[in-house]
Amino acid sequence: MEVIFGYPGGAVLPIYDALFHQNAIRHVLVRQEGGAVHAAEGYARSTGKVGVVLVTSGPGATNAVTGLVDALMDSIPIVCLTGQVPTHLIGNDAFQEADTTGITRPATKHNYLVKRSEDLARVVHEAFYVARSGRPGPVVIDLPKDIVINPAPWTPPPETQHRSYRPQTDPDPEQIRQAIALLKGAKRPMIYTGGGVINAGEAASDALVRFVRATGFPCTSTLMGLGAYPANDPQFLGMLGMHGTYEANLAMHGCDVMLNVGARFDDRVTGRLNAFSPNSRKIHVDIDPSSINKNVPVEVPIVGDAGRVLEALLAAWQQDGTRVDTQALAEWWREIDEWRAKDCLRFTQETARGSIIKPQYAIQRLYEMTRALGRETFITTEVGQHQMWAAQHFRFDRPNHWMTSGGLGTMGYGLPAAMGVQMAHPDALVIDIAGEASILMNIQEMGTLAQYRLPVKVFILNNQYMGMVRQWQELLHGGRYSESYSAALPDFVKLADSFHAVGLRATGVDELDGVIAEMLASDRAVIADIAVDPKENCFPMIPSGAAHNQMILGPEHEDRAAGITDEGLVLV
Amino acid sequence: MRGQTTPPQFLPLQTVSPMPIDPTQRRATISVLVENEAGILARVVGLFSGRGYNIDSLTVAPVDQRGRSRINVVTSGTEMVIEQIKAQLDRLVPVHRVADLTMEGPHIAREMALIKVVGTGEHRVEALRIANAFRARVIDATAESFVFEMTGGTEKLDAFLDLMRPLGLAEVSRTGVAAIARGKRVIDDLHGAHDA
Repeated sequence: MEVIFGYPGGAVLPIYDALFHQNAIRHVLVRQEGGAVHAAEGYARSTGKVGVVLVTSGPGATNAVTGLVDALMDSIPIVCLTGQVPTHLIGNDAFQEADTTGITRPATKHNYLVKRSEDLARVVHEAFYVARSGRPGPVVIDLPKDIVINPAPWTPPPETQHRSYRPQTDPDPEQIRQAIALLKGAKRPMIYTGGGVINAGEAASDALVRFVRATGFPCTSTLMGLGAYPANDPQFLGMLGMHGTYEANLAMHGCDVMLNVGARFDDRVTGRLNAFSPNSRKIHVDIDPSSINKNVPVEVPIVGDAGRVLEALLAAWQQDGTRVDTQALAEWWREIDEWRAKDCLRFTQETARGSIIKPQYAIQRLYEMTRALGRETFITTEVGQHQMWAAQHFRFDRPNHWMTSGGLGTMGYGLPAAMGVQMAHPDALVIDIAGEASILMNIQEMGTLAQYRLPVKVFILNNQYMGMVRQWQELLHGGRYSESYSAALPDFVKLADSFHAVGLRATGVDELDGVIAEMLASDRAVIADIAVDPKENCFPMIPSGAAHNQMILGPEHEDRAAGITDEGLVLV
Repeated sequence: MRGQTTPPQFLPLQTVSPMPIDPTQRRATISVLVENEAGILARVVGLFSGRGYNIDSLTVAPVDQRGRSRINVVTSGTEMVIEQIKAQLDRLVPVHRVADLTMEGPHIAREMALIKVVGTGEHRVEALRIANAFRARVIDATAESFVFEMTGGTEKLDAFLDLMRPLGLAEVSRTGVAAIARGKRVIDDLHGAHDA
């Protein structure tokens, strides 16, 4: 542990006093505790290490809850130390007392209340073990003030195994054999990967690439899994799910054998469950047995670490003498290429001077210009349309470089997460792709950027609406835009200035490249306020309750309402 | 087969069996061996309420010298839901073992009830006669009341209570189900004795 994100308060003053007397751990003072947890998430996801948070009792702990649930849903390893009133006051409604272990029990993978100083060292060792082992997640250690004031003996980490928590990481060879038998016999195979591959470390992504190439099969990824397989590779069909590509979703719908590695058949991915990939035999690899058969029954369940399972699959694939049906596979690819030819993400950008900027174009230019720069680039996002456009148009080719709030969908995640990423990678380019509504949820962290001179770039796609809410209201609620207009917005350029950052603005397409270039060239924190088309919707879209073959395509596609066939699309 | 392929340090419980789709509900008696630590019951109960599972009965008590407690849960759901309940229980950090007694072979389930029946005359006589037939013990008696103690399966207790209802059934206190496998199998051995 090198960095800790926190905010002081009465109950944790003894810990802050100890921090004052040392130099080994760097403390980053956030501006609100929620920011601390998201920062630790960004730190953890970009490094593979455990992110550490320190907050005080009561409101400090309750402010951290959103971040904890966010980390729980996205399987991010976090250890969060919370202050607590002294043990003799617990239960007395003392000042800044909250039942932190009670509140965070369903918000964490596990939590502890330390009631004896002699337990402290053991609990801390155990908390780090639990946070990073198996399916990673957040762990809270609630620390009454008397426990942290009294001297506590340090004990080394235990050499024995945990008494009850020992996740299985190596797969069962028999299930690997069954999986290979299914995959070798496939005529229309599909590989679907998720955040589990990222969590399993860079070696797992490497194993994924080797396995996918060895098979020649098409692959897709969830939002959380982007970057594990290079997006520009021809075998990658793009993201799947609610705002996934036409080809990825139709291939999922039409496949006969599906291999899921480290994804959890989330509802944003499956659409209507009883119409999800109806004719496929499914293999599911997950380190968490409770993820298997939770939403979608599968034929071959494999419990294990994604990296180890992929290595085992690759070895078994190469050893198995059975030939794949190359003719069927070629036919399958021909079908996929037809879907791909639809170019479902295309949009039209007017180029005349002063033309309104399409949000997709802004992301595309950001991608192209950062790529041309050649610097190591990390992207975080807030939540909404801009997040989906970033996932669609920013093409990730490395794991751990894409930080987004997937499961919980927490607006306000991106800025503090970018802060955590930049702390871990001081020389890298870290960009928060944001919306004007989301960014205001944790805008106070601009102060943290200033204090620690973190040159995070905030790239706001400003459409003056909570865009995804507006889109759903347009499509599902008769265009009644109830409370989704971003009224009374701040002047983001002046706001940046007041936080000692650089403020830039682009209002027409001719200004976009200049603003991006200036942002990328700056060695300071930047807010780039990009005025984009307020009416633009995010397509393709599988409406809630619809199936993968019932996607709505964008207005670019003349046949968006035409193809009401089994494998076509249905306009809702 | 599994014993050979899985290194002993891993819990074979973590393996998931292929799942048939079956919409029919079944009842399951699940025993959970847990670390006897603060909040463990809240964790288990919160898991059931948070994920919308049924609890028909729940008992908990310390069971050994190693600081472990046993929780017995009677629940019901489709096969998919019950498998999910077991998997969710098993991933709680302080959980040692989850055993689905209903699936893992013959088992015995018992609960105890204290049953207060208030009445006089014929009802009182009839209540005592039925109690004898059911082998309920009288543990408190006054001129106008009995408290019966009765141990047995849930169905037996339910049947007895049904009969007592018209005879002045006034109050019931039940323990919930305690369950154990028949024969020499023990819960540690159901999945290998890793903690021995």
